[in-house]
Amino acid sequence: MIDASSLLQTRSVTKSFGGITAVKTFTMDVARGALYGLIGPNGAGKTTVFNLLTGVYDTTAGEIHFDGARIDGKKPYAITRLGIARTFQNIRLFPDLTVLENVMAARHLRSRQTLADAVLGTTRHHREEQESRERAMSLLKLFDLDQLADERSTSLPYGSQRRLEIARALATDPKLLLLDEPAAGMNSQESFDLMHLIRRLRDEFALTILLVEHNMKVVMGICETIQVMDYGEAIAIGTPREIQKNRKVIEAYLGGG
Amino acid sequence: MRLSRKLLAIGLGTAALVALNQMFEHGLGNFQINPYYARIINLIGINVTLAVSLNLINGLAGQFSIGHAGFMAVGGYTATYLTVYHGKAIAALAGSTLSDGVGASLAMVASLAVGALAAALAGLLVGIPSLRLRGDYLAIVTLGFSEIIRVLILNIPAVGGATGFTDAIPITNFFWIFAMAILTIMVVRNIATSTFGHALATIRGDEIAAEAMGINTTRHKVLAFVISAAFAGVAGGLSGQLFANPLNPQNLNFVKSIEVIVMIVLGGIGSITGATLGATILTVLPEALRTFDRQFPGLRMVVYALLLILMMIFRPQGLLGRRELSWSWLGAGRRTKQPIGRSGTGGLAR
Amino acid sequence: METFLQQLINGFSLGAIYALIALGYTMVYGVLRLINFAHGDVYMLGAFAGYFIANALELDANPSIFGTIVVTIGSMGICACIGVLIERFAYRPVRSHSRLTSLITAIGVSLLLEYGGQVVFGATPRFFPQMIRSRTYAFGGVQITNQSLLIIIVAVVVMFGLEFVVHRTKIGKAMRATSFNLSVAKLMGINTDFVIAFTFALGSALAAAGGVMVALAIPRIDPLMGLMTGLKAFVAAVLGGIGSIPGAMVGGVLIGLMETWLGATAYSTYRDAVAFSVLILILLFRPAGIMGTATTEKV
Repeated sequence: MIDASSLLQTRSVTKSFGGITAVKTFTMDVARGALYGLIGPNGAGKTTVFNLLTGVYDTTAGEIHFDGARIDGKKPYAITRLGIARTFQNIRLFPDLTVLENVMAARHLRSRQTLADAVLGTTRHHREEQESRERAMSLLKLFDLDQLADERSTSLPYGSQRRLEIARALATDPKLLLLDEPAAGMNSQESFDLMHLIRRLRDEFALTILLVEHNMKVVMGICETIQVMDYGEAIAIGTPREIQKNRKVIEAYLGGG
Repeated sequence: MRLSRKLLAIGLGTAALVALNQMFEHGLGNFQINPYYARIINLIGINVTLAVSLNLINGLAGQFSIGHAGFMAVGGYTATYLTVYHGKAIAALAGSTLSDGVGASLAMVASLAVGALAAALAGLLVGIPSLRLRGDYLAIVTLGFSEIIRVLILNIPAVGGATGFTDAIPITNFFWIFAMAILTIMVVRNIATSTFGHALATIRGDEIAAEAMGINTTRHKVLAFVISAAFAGVAGGLSGQLFANPLNPQNLNFVKSIEVIVMIVLGGIGSITGATLGATILTVLPEALRTFDRQFPGLRMVVYALLLILMMIFRPQGLLGRRELSWSWLGAGRRTKQPIGRSGTGGLAR
Repeated sequence: METFLQQLINGFSLGAIYALIALGYTMVYGVLRLINFAHGDVYMLGAFAGYFIANALELDANPSIFGTIVVTIGSMGICACIGVLIERFAYRPVRSHSRLTSLITAIGVSLLLEYGGQVVFGATPRFFPQMIRSRTYAFGGVQITNQSLLIIIVAVVVMFGLEFVVHRTKIGKAMRATSFNLSVAKLMGINTDFVIAFTFALGSALAAAGGVMVALAIPRIDPLMGLMTGLKAFVAAVLGGIGSIPGAMVGGVLIGLMETWLGATAYSTYRDAVAFSVLILILLFRPAGIMGTATTEKV
């Protein structure tokens, strides 16, 4: 049942809030190296799926497997350590920190120094801080943010904040990257650039990317597999071409039926 | 800094403190320091330790604690108890007595260590509810905890109960007070500028995002509580064993905790030099206002309260904000190592 | 059984006081998310206002129920004004700042009232005039004084009155809207400044009523009397679930009962610790208090 070629698998995952079932027996297989899109009308439960995958919410039923380990019930930080990183639909940068510090903070989980190293200012401490800074800077360069390294993160323009969130997520050394509406609020040029960036990231970092997005151009343009949700359930899965022709999907988006 | 330079700095610092301590106790030539001023200076040192340690929880981790007096009480009473009941035996280990420098120093170190440990345990205990509680709820739990501690102390006759721990042996001196204040500042500063400082800043900023970045927020919060409490315990141990300054449950109530909060808020929450500055001002200011008090009892605190309110209205970020005072900030030379989040607004919550 | 009932009545009477004060904490917290530390001191001012009015009316010499009502209403009116003034001059200027700033301002106001009280009234306790002759009723083996009875009745009436105001009147609807989301309420055309001022007036009046009621039963009043009582009332509010009116009532009575019960045992010296111990235990299992609703942050 658990397929080793898949990096992420959910099996009949259900989440209810009180009487409302936000996600119903949701099953998904994301292959290693895939660029996988999750779409659906507003309120279909896409972000809830993200929150279940990252441990922000506990599942009501079902199982989630990642890279050979069962991860449902684990704490968010533990899941991130196993190699799932995410961005947020409503950008959540650390407001007190600079652009560089936001990315460096995400390196903390890979830090091997102890608190004693920091307090005593040992060689290991200095070496690690240096490494973390360099790694963060190189990520910022990749996202064209290195010039803004010392700016306050929340003073950045919207598009840059979105890119910074992706850079920050990458700093955790993930195997799987979850992007929650990365193109939201971007103009067509920006989202075009973003598409290329996402594809490039997947190839350069050997990532698997799971994407929730409303911008159909972006989703259809880069995803190899698309899964469609409506009212908490998966209603279709296939290639962009298949999805575009799927009657259920068209009905879900146009309403009626 | 290289190890040898570090050791040199420690050596020089110690020597300077010893020399100052000598001057404090025996004067310099004909000059004798006024005991009243000496006392105020000592209290400044203790308050710096308190304020800088509280800054770790309230300023860096952004968790609002109003129970610092509780940690101070736990550490202070434990340390004082140890000296009063076992101090002689401890001094005897070095073939000395408590009235002798060597014996007193040994007792001081032992009592502060044990006091810090006891307070750290208390910090762990209080840190655990922070697994589930946030903001105001956590604040009220820390307050409740310190009140419980106070009531428990009131009911222990061996430590003086309501009359205070008047049996304390005055082994605290200038040297230990300022050695501990400097130690506290160094430790908190090193944490603040390290990756742990980043982690604490993320918790302060957005706990959900912090967890998503792989930061075990619970562990870090508890850690901040434990370290902060340990130093509060040290401050308690110093305070309780200072000459004519017995620990008293009446003075370790939540008003004391609030005094410490006001110190860090005045200096600029999150700023270590700010906390130091705030502690100094708020130790000296009430003394300076004592003249008012002779005419109208209570007027001193009225002025204090008014200053506090006006400060909040006109300069809520405190004197320094999240900035640190440093040589470069004062206008000279190179940029020094900056603490995390220098650009903050001094807010606890959004 | 009789002792138990007696304890129950004493506990209710003490708890009713906590509840009266807790209501003020809960309302202000509900609307502004501010722990109004000065609330306990408004309760103290209520007792003092009552003291001066009662002395002016010479109620000590000729006690009367009518006089008591006048004193209570007068004191409530004065404290309502004080509450509004505090809000206008201390809290409103810092409302847009962080919550920590408001909290510290509240602490400052609290210190100002306590020590200002010492300067104005003197630190030595005063004795509240006996406005109504103490009388004890006995039901079987259980005794209740007319003061305790009055306290319980006033508290219950006030709670129902408050529920009515909050859930059945226009201003109550505005209060609920403001507490739900201040900026949206403002956009909807609600005069939120007025709503907040009204909340303070109402809460302060209730605290004043509490102050006068306490002074009837325990006539010793001093400027620091609000410190501990205020703290425990706040604990009662949190215990019941802050922001919830019935919660404040339940929390107050719970703490009152627990304290009287413990006061009757060998552990009476631990009395002041009870409220806090219960609070910590309850919050560990129900982080939002007994009747509060947990809020989850949207991710």
